[in-house]
Amino acid sequence: MTGNPNKGTPLVEMRDISIAFGGIKAVDHVTVDLYPGEVVGLLGHNGAGKSTLIKCLSGAYHKDAGEILINGEKVEIDSPRDARKYNIETIYQTLALADNLDAASNLFLGRELVSSSGFLDDTRMEAETRKIMGRLNPNFRKFNVPVSALSGGQRQSVAIARAVYFNAKILIMDEPTAALGPHETQMVAELIQELKAQGLGIFLIEHDIHAVMDLCDRAVVMKNGQRVGCVNVNEVTDDDILGMIIAGKKPPQAY
Amino acid sequence: MTDTPSHLSTPAPKPSGNPLARLLKATEIDTRLLGMLGALLLIWVGFHVYGAIFNNGGAFLTPRNLWNLSVQTASIGIMATGMVLVIVTRNIDLSVGSVVGVTGMAMGILQVEVLPDIVGIGHWSIWIVTTLFGIALGGLIGAFHGWLIAYRKIPSFIVTLGGLMVWRGMAFLANNGKTISPVDSTFALLGGGPYGAIGATGSWIVGLLACAGIIFLLVNGRAQRRKHDFPLRPLWAEVFLGAIGCGAVIGAVLLVNAYPWPIGIVKAYVKDQGLTVDPETLFISHGFAIPVLILIGVGIVMTVLMTRTRFGRYVFAIGGNPEAASLAGINTKAMTTKIFALMGALTGLAAVIASARLNSATNALGTLDELYVIAAAVIGGTSLAGGLGTIYGAILGALVMQSLQSGMVLIGFDASIQRIVVGLVLVFAVYLDNVYNSRRK
Repeated sequence: MTGNPNKGTPLVEMRDISIAFGGIKAVDHVTVDLYPGEVVGLLGHNGAGKSTLIKCLSGAYHKDAGEILINGEKVEIDSPRDARKYNIETIYQTLALADNLDAASNLFLGRELVSSSGFLDDTRMEAETRKIMGRLNPNFRKFNVPVSALSGGQRQSVAIARAVYFNAKILIMDEPTAALGPHETQMVAELIQELKAQGLGIFLIEHDIHAVMDLCDRAVVMKNGQRVGCVNVNEVTDDDILGMIIAGKKPPQAY
Repeated sequence: MTDTPSHLSTPAPKPSGNPLARLLKATEIDTRLLGMLGALLLIWVGFHVYGAIFNNGGAFLTPRNLWNLSVQTASIGIMATGMVLVIVTRNIDLSVGSVVGVTGMAMGILQVEVLPDIVGIGHWSIWIVTTLFGIALGGLIGAFHGWLIAYRKIPSFIVTLGGLMVWRGMAFLANNGKTISPVDSTFALLGGGPYGAIGATGSWIVGLLACAGIIFLLVNGRAQRRKHDFPLRPLWAEVFLGAIGCGAVIGAVLLVNAYPWPIGIVKAYVKDQGLTVDPETLFISHGFAIPVLILIGVGIVMTVLMTRTRFGRYVFAIGGNPEAASLAGINTKAMTTKIFALMGALTGLAAVIASARLNSATNALGTLDELYVIAAAVIGGTSLAGGLGTIYGAILGALVMQSLQSGMVLIGFDASIQRIVVGLVLVFAVYLDNVYNSRRK
């Protein structure tokens, strides 16, 4: 059996997306889709265009051509603010944290809670941060220090909390475990399963082939800005996927 | 990392160490602030003692000198609060001194040559229109700089270096290099002087309001922390903070009220008012100078802006990680333009005070101010790498710079030595800051 196992309207559909930087086609007519409650891995070499593609969805880049559909409806995403409007949250590889601010300020950055007089409600933001961190990382204690003073895992949990707190429906994770130890990696894996069970759709950019086999339902492989193909992870071996990444060789199950 | 679970509302662990460390921990006082106050005290006492030993009597720690010091700090201090925002967002503004010059000249022409023809000489509205015009003109110039930096992507160093030369040239051309003097008499009050101060009663009212404000902030802060179950400061620490704050305010009121009007002014005043008392027996206090009250007002507004509003939060976020700020949906270009516009508006306000204090507008007004303003912000703990800085630090920095300047004038150092000392202090202060920051980590 081959083909997309999902039926109905996808949560996200990126059709025929292209973007070029100074004549170099970073993404070249790529189409991907994502259904609720599924994890789609985006794979490929460095420079294959995965991050660039996903930044068109998160509003950081502006696509040159193609269209984006959310729940079957065409949308325009011109800025990170637009993406947030459609409940798209992104955890960037760099985490995109302001190192000089504390966890609460980072979590609410761009969406601060204000009191009725219009001033920042820092105590309420800290209280909310304590609540969500209590769920995600119960050992987290460093609420009143800049995030530069946190460990890699703690910083990661702040970035994740930011995406989770605002009721994301579509979550983009760009190598979420790259800087983490084994224990924290396990934590992220469990979180992905939990969010998936809640019905979120997750795009996961990942280099570690074992993590892909464990976490993803489908995997889209890109090479030189183009889409090699998409496979249902349970129908292929890791060697098949590696073949797609390295040689651009499409196994028979791919579509 | 300690992972032992503990409930939020449990009191902080028993304090340990020496009493000073315990005091600092309980009151949550910024040790940096203490360091700056200590340095200031050292400078003040140092100049006074030097004067006492070598110049027949110390002249520094006198009500008169400290009052003058406060007035001299106002203009630089106001600009330094704006420079904090500029430097925190990893920019620089070299043009502020020249913008003081050009807005000062424009205001001089407006209030002496334009407005009197329209509303009549000495009209009450002249100072208001002139002041608003100066602030608006400064704001427009700053917004233009900001637009060039944010939208045309020219480095701020270059834009404002160009501005440094262009606006100084404009200031000269505005009136062909001629000085405009005197300015409107009400406008001149904004620069201080015996009439430009609020007197003993007014100073007490301001002082008591300030004390009420300090107590309100402490009580309110405690209530907020309690509401959310955050750890509270011990009660004695709150009382201690309140006492120190109110004590400082009352001390300042006593100080400015201890500086009487000079006898010449008192005689003129007695004659003007048709009083029959002997001027020699009258003790009329200066009280707080108006420019100092403006500086304090600006300091409070800017502190609220930086710590309690989205705008301030975004300033720090851009300084900490511009890319993250942009990914969080913050319009960093519009922010940069606004920050420079605010810097410009504050520069316009500083020009009001500087020209009012001189009672004239000259094309050289504000020369080298950019260096003192940047130095004040940096001495006050604003990091040139971006992301760090406080308004109170910048104002204290301005006070340190001004104390050095006027202290050296008092003890008779000439201008060349003054520059050498100020330059050395700037470099040394930043070195100390580096040492402090690396120890804290």
